[in-house]
Amino acid sequence: MATTQTYVGTAQRRVDGPLKVTGAAKYAGEYKAPDLLHGRVVSSAIAHGTIERIDTSKALAVPGVVRIFTHENRRRTAWFDSKYQDQVAPPGSPFRPLYDKTIHYSGQPIALVVADSFETARHAASLIEIEYRLESHQTDLAVEEQRAYVPPKKRSGIDPPPDDRGDFAKAFAAAKYQVQADYYHGAQHHNPMEPHASTVVWNDGKLTVYDKIQGVQNGQQYITSVFGLSADDVQVVSPFVGGAFGSGLRPQYQLFLAVMAALELKRSVRVTLSRDQMFTFTHRPETRQTMSLGADENGKLVALRHAAVAGTSTFEDYQEVVVNWSGLAYHCDNVSFEYKLAKLHTYTPGDMRAPGAPTGMFALESAIDELAEKAGVDPLEFRIRNYAEKDLNEDKPFSSKELMACYRQGAERFGWSKRQPAPRSMREGRELIGYGMATGIWEAQMQEATARATVQADGKVEVATATSDIGTGTYTILAQLAADGVGVPIEDVTVKIADSSLPKSPLEGGSWTAASVGSAVVLACQTLRQQLFEHARGMENSPLANEALERIEFRNGRLAVQNDPSRSLSIGEVLRAAGVGQLVAEEKSTPDPKVQKSHARYTHIAVFAEVRVDEELGLVRATRLVGAVAAGRILNLNTARSQIIGGLVFGQAMALEEHSEMDHHFGRFMNHNIAEYHIPVNADIHEIDVIFVEEHDVMASPIGVKGVGEIGIVGTAAAIANAVHHATGKRVRDLPITMDKVMPELDGPVAPMNASMTSAQI
Amino acid sequence: MQATDTVAKPISAADQAQRIPITLTVNGVAHQLEVEPWTSLLDLLREQLDLTGTKKGCDHGQCGACTVLVDDRRVNACLTLAVMKDGAKVTTIEGLAENGKLHPLQDAFIEHDAFQCGYCTPGQICSAVGLLKEGRAKERHEIRELMSGNLCRCGAYVNIVAAIEHVLSQGEQEARP
Repeated sequence: MATTQTYVGTAQRRVDGPLKVTGAAKYAGEYKAPDLLHGRVVSSAIAHGTIERIDTSKALAVPGVVRIFTHENRRRTAWFDSKYQDQVAPPGSPFRPLYDKTIHYSGQPIALVVADSFETARHAASLIEIEYRLESHQTDLAVEEQRAYVPPKKRSGIDPPPDDRGDFAKAFAAAKYQVQADYYHGAQHHNPMEPHASTVVWNDGKLTVYDKIQGVQNGQQYITSVFGLSADDVQVVSPFVGGAFGSGLRPQYQLFLAVMAALELKRSVRVTLSRDQMFTFTHRPETRQTMSLGADENGKLVALRHAAVAGTSTFEDYQEVVVNWSGLAYHCDNVSFEYKLAKLHTYTPGDMRAPGAPTGMFALESAIDELAEKAGVDPLEFRIRNYAEKDLNEDKPFSSKELMACYRQGAERFGWSKRQPAPRSMREGRELIGYGMATGIWEAQMQEATARATVQADGKVEVATATSDIGTGTYTILAQLAADGVGVPIEDVTVKIADSSLPKSPLEGGSWTAASVGSAVVLACQTLRQQLFEHARGMENSPLANEALERIEFRNGRLAVQNDPSRSLSIGEVLRAAGVGQLVAEEKSTPDPKVQKSHARYTHIAVFAEVRVDEELGLVRATRLVGAVAAGRILNLNTARSQIIGGLVFGQAMALEEHSEMDHHFGRFMNHNIAEYHIPVNADIHEIDVIFVEEHDVMASPIGVKGVGEIGIVGTAAAIANAVHHATGKRVRDLPITMDKVMPELDGPVAPMNASMTSAQI
Repeated sequence: MQATDTVAKPISAADQAQRIPITLTVNGVAHQLEVEPWTSLLDLLREQLDLTGTKKGCDHGQCGACTVLVDDRRVNACLTLAVMKDGAKVTTIEGLAENGKLHPLQDAFIEHDAFQCGYCTPGQICSAVGLLKEGRAKERHEIRELMSGNLCRCGAYVNIVAAIEHVLSQGEQEARP
C-alpha cells in the first residue's frame, strides 16, 4: 500500500489550539449543571492521630449549606481494598476518604462541606470545629531510613532492581579512581496549573463525571467498583486537562468526594481543590541515594553500586525505578543495587514525570561527572568511553540506541569543545560560567490500545479512543496519523478522546500514548483503506478494477492508481456507489511479545547546560540548555519539541527550585502554595535548543515511535549540577541547588550545614 | 452600541441583603449585577457570567492564570473584589477575537506552540496584550521579566516569548512609514 506522509513527521499546529487561545476549552471544574452544588474540602491539621470530636453545627447553620460529610455520616462504600485499587495503585491499602476517624497524614480530607455557592462552602468549612488526639508522627526520612525495608510486594509494571553482577566490592576496592557520595532530594509536588477538580452531573441516578484525570476509564472503573455502580451508569469525560504530569494518573480524593456527595444528595456536585490542597496527595517521593563508582587507569568504569531509600506512606508501598538505570546506562561488569522504602506519615507518593528516572540519573550522572574529573577525562569523553552497546541488566540488545549521535550533535550545537576543563576557569565579569552535561534514559513503552476510525461520504474522518490529552498533543498527532492514514486533509479529521464510552485505551502516562494509541489509529485507518478499496474495486466500470491495494494512493480524499492519476475515485463516489453512509473500522494494537522478550527498548537524551553563577550572591542561572534526543520517529516536530522543552524546564526546576519543605514538628509541608514552592517563571528560562537525532526503530512500536513526554526531564538536573560544579568548584548533591548551598565555597571554606540536609563528602 | 444583559442569580438566600449593585462592561457587554462584597472578579466571571476562559490556578495572586484586562490594564482577577470595579471595562480572553478573527497574539501563540495544556494560556495572552499596551517591553529579557507573573507549568516560556516577540515586531513594521 502506498502511504503518503503529508502530515506525519512535520511541524503541525496544535489542532486544539484555537479552543485553547480563546478560552473555549473547558476543564473539569468548569462544566455547568442545573442546581449545581459546590463542595469544599476540610483538611486535617495533624499528621497522625484520631478525630475525637468534629462539630459541624456552626457550619450547618450557615444559610446555603446543604450537607456536611464526615466519617460519621459518610455513604457506605466497598469493603475490600481491591475495590479501591486503580490501574496504577501500588501494593497496600488505598486511602479511603472519610473512612474513619484515623488521621494518616497532614492535609488528609476529613470533611466535605456542600453548599449552593463556592464562597458559602468555603466560609462554612472554616467554622467546623475539630478536636484531635495526637499520636507521634514520623516524617523525617533521615530518621526513618533506619527502618527501611525492601518492599515485600512488587508494584505491577515496575521492575525491582536487577540481580547484582560480577563482584562490586572487590572491583571497587581495586579501582584506581573511586567516588562515593550521597545524593538527596526532598518531596516535589506536581502542581499542574489547573487544580484537581471533579464536576459530577447527576441525572436520575446516572452520572456524567468531568474529572481531571489522565485515564477516564481508570476513573470510571474506580467509581463503579468503590460505589457499586454499573458501568452504564457512570461516564467519565475530560476533554481538556490543565496539566497533570502524573498527578492525574490515580483517581484523586476530590473525585471520590464529589461522586459520594452527588449520590447522597441526588444532585450535581463540583469539588475543586484549593492550591494548598494540591500539596495533600501525590508527590515525587523524598529520596536518599548513595553512589559508589570505580574506574581503572584508562577511565573505564569497573565498579558501580547504586542504593536508594525513598519515602512512602504508612498504607501503601509506592515504588518506582530509581537504581536500575545505573545498570544499563554504561558498560560495567561489577554492579550492585539496593532499593528500599521507609514509611512516613504523608500521603502515598506517586508517579511524577519520568518517575524514578530523574532521581536515579541525578545521582548516577553527578557521580560519573566526579569520576571523570578524578580520572582526568573530559566528562563527555568518559561517557563515550563507557558506552553501553547492550542492556547489561537484562543482557539484551537495544531495539535502537542513537545516544552516540545525541552526544555528538548536542556537543556540536552547544559548543562543548570550548569548555575549559578546570572548575572556576571560565568567567565573564562577576559571573562564573560552567558547562555541564548528562545522559538521560527513559523506557520506550507500548500498551494495548483500541481505536475506531470512521469515514463519511463527505470525506470527513473521525478517530475515537478513550485516551487523554494533558497538553501533550494527543489530539494533534492522532489527527495527523488519521489524515495520512485515510488520505484526507487534516482539516477533515475529528479526534474524539477522553470519554470512557470510547474504545479502550490505556491511561496517558509513561510516554506510551503516541506509540500505543497511535498504532491503534494507524491500524484502524489501514482497515478503512482496505474497505474503501474493496468497495471501489467492486464498482461497475471501476477505474481501479484489476488493481492491487498496494498500487493505490490515498490522497486528498481520493483513491488513485499510482502514477496514473486519471484513474481515481473520491471517497464520496465510493461510498455512494456502495450505498453506505459511512465505513467504520475498529482495531486493537498490542505490543509484540517476541520483541518485548528479545530487546531492550529505551529513549535517550544528552543534555548540555550552561550556568552562570553570580560570585557574590551565589545565584545560579541556567542560561543555555541543549537537549539532543533519540526517540525513534517524531510524529510532530512542533508538539514534540514543546514536550522536550517542557521536560528540560521541569528538569531545571528540579535542579534549582523545587522542594516541598517538610516541617517535621507538625509533619506538614510548609510551602504549600506556588509563591513559596518555586517553579520557574519566564525570567528563569533562557535559551533552550532541542535536537531530534535520526533514529529508526521497527521494534519499539509498529509506527516507530518511542515517546517524548518524559525523556526531557531525565538527566537535566545532573547536567545543571555538573555545570554548577564546573562554574564554582562546588559539588552540590542535594537538590535544589540554592544560593545557600553554593555560597560557602565561593566565600572560602565550606561552612557546616544542617546535618540532615548535608550530603556526605567524599 | 452596547448590548445589555442582566444577571440576577441568587447565590444564597440569606446573602441577598448583602448584595451590592454594580455595573460592569465585560467584553463590550454591559451587565447590571448584584454582587456580594466578598466575591472576586474571578469568581464573578467564572461562576456568574459563565466566562470560564479566565482560569483559577491559585486564588492567591501567585500564578497569573486569572489575568484579565481591567480598563486596559492587566490585573489578577482573583485579587480583585468585584464590588471595587463598579463601572469598569473588563476584557477577558473571550473578548479578544474580533468578528471571529483571532487577536494577533492568539494567532502567534498557536503558531509558536506557546502552550501545551492551555490552562495558563488565557492569562498569558491577556497579560501579553496588557504588556504590549504598556509599551515597556522591547528586548527579549524585558519580555521575560515582565511576563514573569504568569506561571506555565508545561514550561512553554521560550515559545511564549517567541510569540510575543513576533507580534511586537509586526507592530513595529506596521508603525513604519
